[in-house]
Amino acid sequence: MDTTLTQFKHCDLIKVTGRIDSATAPKFAEALDSVMNDGRYKIVLDLENVEFMSSAGLRVLISAQKVCKRYNRGEVVLALVPQRVYEAMDLAGFVPLFKFFEDVTGAVGSF
Amino acid sequence: MSSSEACCETRQAVYTAQFENLDDIRVFVGDAARDSGLESAEIYAVQLAVDEASSNIIEHAYGGESQELIECTCLITPGSLKITLKDCGHHFDPSKISDPDLTSDIEERQPGGLGLFFMRQLMDDVTFTVVPGKGDLKDCNILTMIKRKEGRG
Repeated sequence: MDTTLTQFKHCDLIKVTGRIDSATAPKFAEALDSVMNDGRYKIVLDLENVEFMSSAGLRVLISAQKVCKRYNRGEVVLALVPQRVYEAMDLAGFVPLFKFFEDVTGAVGSF
Repeated sequence: MSSSEACCETRQAVYTAQFENLDDIRVFVGDAARDSGLESAEIYAVQLAVDEASSNIIEHAYGGESQELIECTCLITPGSLKITLKDCGHHFDPSKISDPDLTSDIEERQPGGLGLFFMRQLMDDVTFTVVPGKGDLKDCNILTMIKRKEGRG
């Protein structure tokens, strides 16, 4: 799994590529933590190239969303979520907790 | 081809209890699922369920990554796949795992317990048994999961 960070004026975009499982979830969490530790809490995750996500990845998403939404200072939004990943999020009851966008531009523009 | 060959094929692989092996385990069961004739969504479901089960074994049965073993056996039949995962770590009692929280607001949401929940939701049958060790051997845990192609019993 790899992440690429792009900083915009109003939000940060993290593009994630590969598989998020118990082996790679800590690295995924680090990528989010490094942005949040900078005091930046408006985050777009581009998940188009995520081939697999287990509950270990879902736990990272929920932790980041909790931190970002605290004090209404921001939010994690998701762009281009692959169907299988979306189905797992739906099964876990995550769909109401995130905004989903069908393109990155719309997600970035939402902030 | 004899009838037994037409019926089924058994494949087995053994992995050390390391998270880096999850990739290989998913490929192994994914190939078996494909060879059982399962559809794309069903193959992903099998890979996710086995990933969750293996992660739980590493994390809970063995208490973290180690050189202990996970033995994975696939019984491939047309339209159905039976997977057994064997470990000889701590006994796991699924009845002690509470249902996951699927509905709370973000502030209250507790993300634990999803692994077992996914296994039960994604597979058609999930069974935990314990095999008592003989002599000095440790007890072992056997997890059996079955996935049937949609439309088959």
